[in-house]
Amino acid sequence: MAQPFRLSRGGRIDRSRPIVFEFNGKPIHGYQGDTVASALIANGIHLVGRSFKYHRPRGILSHGPDEPSALLSVDRGPGRVDPNNRASVVEARAGLRTTSQNHWPSLEYDIGAVNDLLSPVFVAGFYYKTFMWPRKFWDKVYEPFIRAAAGLGKAPTQADPDRYANRHAHCDVLIVGAGPAGLAAALAAARTGKRVILADEGPEPGGSLLHDPKAEIDGRLASDWLADTLADLDARENVILLPRTTVFGYYNHNHVAMTERVTDHLPSVAGQAPRERLWQVRAGEVILAGGSHERPLVFADNDRPGILLAESVRVFLNRYGVAPGHRLVVATSGASAYQVALDAKAAGLDVTLVDLRLEADCGPEVTRLRQVGVEVLTGHTVVGSKGRKRVSGLIVAPVESNGRCGARRVIPCDCVGMSGGWTPAVHLFSQSRGKLRYDDALDAFVPNISAQAERSAGAARGTYDLAGCLTEGFAAGAAASGSSETRTFGASPTLTGFQPVRVMPTDADPTRVRAFVDYQNDVTAKDIKLAVREGFQSIEHVKRYTTTGMATDQGKTSNMNALGIVAGQLDKALPAVGTTTFRPPYTPVTFGALVGPARHALFDPIRTTPIHGWAESHGATFENVALWRRAWYFPKAGEDLHEAVARECKAVREGVGIFDASTLGKIEVVGPDAAEFMNRMYVNPWAKLANGRCRYGLMLKEDGYILDDGVVARVSDQCFHVTTTTGGAARVLGHMEDYLQTEWPDLQVFLTSTTEQWAVIALQGPKARQVIEPLVEGIDLSPEAFPHMAMRTGTICGVPTRLFRVSFTGELGFEINVPSDHALAVWEAIFSAGEPHGITPYGTETMHVLRAEKGYIIVGQETDGTVTPDDVGMAGMIAKTKVDFVGKRSLARPDVIATTGRKQLVGLMTEDPKLVLDEGAQIVADPNQPIPMRMLGHVTSSYWSPNCNRSIALALVADGRALMGRTLHITTPDGFTRATVSEAVFFDTKGERVNA
Amino acid sequence: MLLIACPHCGNRPETEFRCGGQAHIARPEQPGAIDDQNWSEYLFVRKNPRGVHAERWNHAHGCGRWFNALRDTVSDRFIETYPMGASPKSETTSEARA
Repeated sequence: MAQPFRLSRGGRIDRSRPIVFEFNGKPIHGYQGDTVASALIANGIHLVGRSFKYHRPRGILSHGPDEPSALLSVDRGPGRVDPNNRASVVEARAGLRTTSQNHWPSLEYDIGAVNDLLSPVFVAGFYYKTFMWPRKFWDKVYEPFIRAAAGLGKAPTQADPDRYANRHAHCDVLIVGAGPAGLAAALAAARTGKRVILADEGPEPGGSLLHDPKAEIDGRLASDWLADTLADLDARENVILLPRTTVFGYYNHNHVAMTERVTDHLPSVAGQAPRERLWQVRAGEVILAGGSHERPLVFADNDRPGILLAESVRVFLNRYGVAPGHRLVVATSGASAYQVALDAKAAGLDVTLVDLRLEADCGPEVTRLRQVGVEVLTGHTVVGSKGRKRVSGLIVAPVESNGRCGARRVIPCDCVGMSGGWTPAVHLFSQSRGKLRYDDALDAFVPNISAQAERSAGAARGTYDLAGCLTEGFAAGAAASGSSETRTFGASPTLTGFQPVRVMPTDADPTRVRAFVDYQNDVTAKDIKLAVREGFQSIEHVKRYTTTGMATDQGKTSNMNALGIVAGQLDKALPAVGTTTFRPPYTPVTFGALVGPARHALFDPIRTTPIHGWAESHGATFENVALWRRAWYFPKAGEDLHEAVARECKAVREGVGIFDASTLGKIEVVGPDAAEFMNRMYVNPWAKLANGRCRYGLMLKEDGYILDDGVVARVSDQCFHVTTTTGGAARVLGHMEDYLQTEWPDLQVFLTSTTEQWAVIALQGPKARQVIEPLVEGIDLSPEAFPHMAMRTGTICGVPTRLFRVSFTGELGFEINVPSDHALAVWEAIFSAGEPHGITPYGTETMHVLRAEKGYIIVGQETDGTVTPDDVGMAGMIAKTKVDFVGKRSLARPDVIATTGRKQLVGLMTEDPKLVLDEGAQIVADPNQPIPMRMLGHVTSSYWSPNCNRSIALALVADGRALMGRTLHITTPDGFTRATVSEAVFFDTKGERVNA
Repeated sequence: MLLIACPHCGNRPETEFRCGGQAHIARPEQPGAIDDQNWSEYLFVRKNPRGVHAERWNHAHGCGRWFNALRDTVSDRFIETYPMGASPKSETTSEARA
């Protein structure tokens, strides 16, 4: 229960609600309101991980989202393990099991720490310099080594059992960050009645006010002002206040993405509450009030556990009631850290402050601190630290007027708070494509020109004093709401201003000093300087070569220091070096939040036909065709694909088969100009097609290549029933609409998709007529009255039907269109009626084989977007008399009318009739020619044909029609095989069977 | 994600739309009378300006209507959207930028 570093009072933790969680298997006691980091520190634990490259002991650096080092694996129960969580933002709660990462066998004794001794080897660009040769080492040695060393945590191995929600929202004003500036902005915006969303990544709104309990706003305690402000906002219906919500992405047109952590902080979850919720907000105006990040100081061994950012020391003291140590040294180059020292002193810590600035450059803060009895060493640098797994002393030295360091002195300590100044969090501003400006006085890039309806306020734009943040935030909130109201806030003064420093002056050999810039990637100042010496000048290149600013923290603490070092090495001004690009996400986002509910059956829409259930219950195996799930084949007990398909193929040719063709695209083309429109869209002539007759339609793109095909029936003078390929339905309708709306708006035509309204039952085979004869009324089914390629309306089983006499098998066949709601009943009735005739249900595989036996093409299989009607032998379908149709002009393109070289559709008969070629196999004339060989074409369709009792294949072959009877050579996995070029029809070559 | 003002439906998110490329390229009245060079330009040659671009958009997952838009390809700002057959009110020259 003992929490030796817990202060006896203070903080926003709830001391009446103790909690216990686990760290590396040991119980850790804390209070409701703690983060994992604050509870660990309360128990004297600073060592929480090993660094990425050198396996150096690392502690907690920060109190917030910028934490680079304290990355833990968090286990919230079975299947709920998450690596690389920042201890500084994970809320402590009962039942949490946290473990440190990147060490073996244990955190305390880590074999990998030998890397630290080998550090001269692991310089910038180590990978590029080391893993160069020999080539054969790559697969077996280098890659496995790199893979094993890559990454910090372990990815979870189980499926995520949690639920993730997704929400779209609109608002007038979105405010990012509920610190003083964001709250004041919300107050101003809320008063106008505009719809406001205020999002803050922390569990409690308030930002810096949460650790500034003695500050005053308008003469009242800041904590009281905060409580009143939150109550005011909470009472307004036009304000949505979202804690635990990180705005991570700022996209076009004020589209802002954020994740709300809904339940991770709760010990148990009621009902179906999601773990996280992804918000996609479209905001009228955005106010960025995300605050700023403190910079570490860069000195030798600045990474020992117990060395924190100065303001974080203050946060742990004031917000969590935790002392990061007993003896604190504050090292700084600016004023804000004096407040840290004051608060620490007041909390009873033994405090010393070391300031790089000369006494003359400091403000009244020095005197104030000395007055409370704190030793202040101005004009001093930090040249190193003592200790290993915990800092035990800070080595400081005065900086002489000649720039040299004076005598070293070791200040014993168990905690260091360092401050190298502040960097506004411009991440979201930059994501919004706003342009930054370098501000010399602030030594920082600040928002300059907005690219969207957005404004920044407070520390996010370099305003660091409390009164300024409030006043500026209020003005921003008002302006974003179309109001010109302003309010001037009074507040206790804030200590601001710092002297920029890139690397602390040192008396040590700079080539040996290991002063860390990027803690997460173990990048030192020396590495960055080396990269510049090796010729990397662009900051983007330095980043990638040294890895500074990469990984999960994206360099929030390190970027400005790295940038400054590069600028110094290049002897350029900071703005001339520029910043790296800020990209989403601001902090890591779980995959779950991004995926949301789109998992399993909801991953992609699945379309099924009305017959689907019947097919399932009759043992069908399914395949995906576009979004459709189609019956592939209907295996009987013990049958495999080939046996089932062979049986189905025979049944259709010898008896009757039934096939669900409902997925065919259907478009109703209606209107006085319907025939004219059809004339323009298809190569075929339509004007003279009689009512009740069908025609195979071929549709081209304007470039002359085949886009789609399908049977079209003329229902009446002004109505065509158009069918398309299954996958092409939407594309064809879009293509038609495009021309109708944009080129020929004068045509009076309506286009309606009827794909879902008409179900299609294909009944194919010599006995097809016998099966439906007793079921059909109002239609004379005799061959004379109802020939091939005709369409009649009537009823089947009492259901209205458009009955097509068409065939995609080469057999006598009907495609029975019925309203989808009645399709299953009709299907079952036909099936019953067919049972005495041996009716056989067949799937898409048999459909493919049967059509290939007849040489019928499938658009997308025989065609690939570069195939003309003549290439597939369909030039004869093109209307001779039409002046124009889509694609006609292109059929006269020089490359299309080329007399030689075009690939043409032919059949291929393998010399070994049992050998089924691979679809896609390449075809050459001479397999002995030197590589690269001249490819003549490829196999487009290939099957075992049960009805031909041999393999058959269709192929596109250059000048193929001139090669009839020639032997060509086709690739197989075992080398070339031989096949003879044939006509692209293998069964019933005269085409008599359809007329039965 | 862009926010696009369909002239018929109002502001809608980009995912409801399909972009149809450069606008104001009329299909020739008599394609058969066009020589190969001009036909290939009609078919394949499109502008790719840095700045304001007139584009065709289709509100595919909405009203289904085609319309035109002026969009700045640098800032992604939509200057205006207008129905098929209409002319834009704005100048189509590039916007001045800092």
